Amino acid sequence: MTDQSHSSQERSTGSPLVKRGLAEMLKGGVIMDVVNPEQARIAEDAGAVAVMALERVPSDIRKEGGVSRMSDPEMIQGIQAVCSIPVMAKARIGHFAEAQILQSLGVDYIDESEVLTPADETHHIDKFAFGVPFVCGATNLGEALRRISEGACMIRSKGEAGTGNVVEAVRHIRSINGDIRKITQADSAELFEWAKQLRAPLPLIQEIAETGELPVPVFCAGGIATPADASLVMQLGAQAVFVGSGIFKSDEPVKMANAIVEAATHYQDPQILAKVSTGLGDAMKGLEMATLETKLAERGW
Amino acid sequence: MTGSVTVGVLALQGAFAAHLSILRDLGVEACEVKTNEQLASVDALVIPGGESTTMSMLLVKGDMLDPLRQRVDDGMPVFGTCAGMILCSERIEDGRADQHCLSAIPIVSRRNGYGRQIDSFEAELDVTGLDEPFHGVFIRAPVVDSVGDDVTVLAAVDGQPVLCSHGPVTVASFHPELSGDPRLHRRWLIDAGLLPEGLAEASDETAEVTP
Repeated sequence: MTDQSHSSQERSTGSPLVKRGLAEMLKGGVIMDVVNPEQARIAEDAGAVAVMALERVPSDIRKEGGVSRMSDPEMIQGIQAVCSIPVMAKARIGHFAEAQILQSLGVDYIDESEVLTPADETHHIDKFAFGVPFVCGATNLGEALRRISEGACMIRSKGEAGTGNVVEAVRHIRSINGDIRKITQADSAELFEWAKQLRAPLPLIQEIAETGELPVPVFCAGGIATPADASLVMQLGAQAVFVGSGIFKSDEPVKMANAIVEAATHYQDPQILAKVSTGLGDAMKGLEMATLETKLAERGW
Repeated sequence: MTGSVTVGVLALQGAFAAHLSILRDLGVEACEVKTNEQLASVDALVIPGGESTTMSMLLVKGDMLDPLRQRVDDGMPVFGTCAGMILCSERIEDGRADQHCLSAIPIVSRRNGYGRQIDSFEAELDVTGLDEPFHGVFIRAPVVDSVGDDVTVLAAVDGQPVLCSHGPVTVASFHPELSGDPRLHRRWLIDAGLLPEGLAEASDETAEVTP
């Protein structure tokens, strides 16, 4: 062994690479919404790569109405205490004070989420001001790029949370990836028009034209309720899935959680998908888009 | 080494795509490994970063644990990074009770030993045998608590090993696949006899295709 006798090495924390790095580690995995330590344990036992701690799953938020806020710190700490996998938590759009509190609790990722009631109708949180990384929702490429320009380190397509209906998730992931494909075909003059149309920073558009992908991982959320749903959105280009109400509002949450974890790994293998889809009981009941009073995906600007 | 060599990257979950792209940039045949059939077809295996408990469970669900252990016992070269290092260890501290490891290298790993995400960090590493420092990216990284006598420690942070090798097995508690620097992959392949030494540092002199 050569001389390794540095007294104390220089370490830098909170850098973009470190913040995006955790999202890289979650790829191919399932992030599950949990509302208490028992559910967190079930999620970890089933092979979740992370849990999202929140007070009510989106389908209950939809049902009960009212203002939806950051969870009680005690509840988040209770989940951190039983979980060895990363714990994420949600802050309201624009509510940087909630985000500061979540950072002080040591959560591993903050979701600036449209599932909660927005706190600011113009501004999202300045996410560069934080050492903890942020994930933000997006319905299209322009929204995704605006969030990235504010410092988001992971994008999740929004879908329509709490519906158990994958149709919006498909629309959003298709819209994001479809526009990326078109931009890679655009010439340099057309990129200015893309930036204008999408209301997005030109350098990010130029970067996409070059690389053919977003500079941060893209996951999918909002309406995934079965292993086949997970396979569908991953075949459409999502790199991991968030499952909210889909697990704990199904008949057999343990089985459903296990099955969706396997589906995220083997999303291209219909035989394995058939096997894991067998005997799961009923998935969550689900809602038609036309019946919705509030579309959560419309929150965020 | 004659004939073509295929390096697999365990692709059950995690940062496998980044490893595949580094290996392909080195001119190596590389493929995803999600099943026993794919495992049987590769000559060496990278186990990437990700969530080690999830990977362990998926190995069990896919009936891959025993075949993988067998390959490791038979001397298959393995490069484990972060979660991959945890899986390669002889013992895991702060893991789950049902979490498996492969005993590919006699070290003890402590999961998330450097803390939560807010403590994740970057650091310049002096690596034995490399002229220039290597940029290490540590994400909720495991700590190497102890190493066996015959383990070579190639780099350390504050006295704690972060890069170790033992025969054809190399493990890193950080993510060489994230810093865009192929030197550690290349070195592992050369040590394992899978890449001729002459190719080192030679990206612009691909001998066999010169007209």
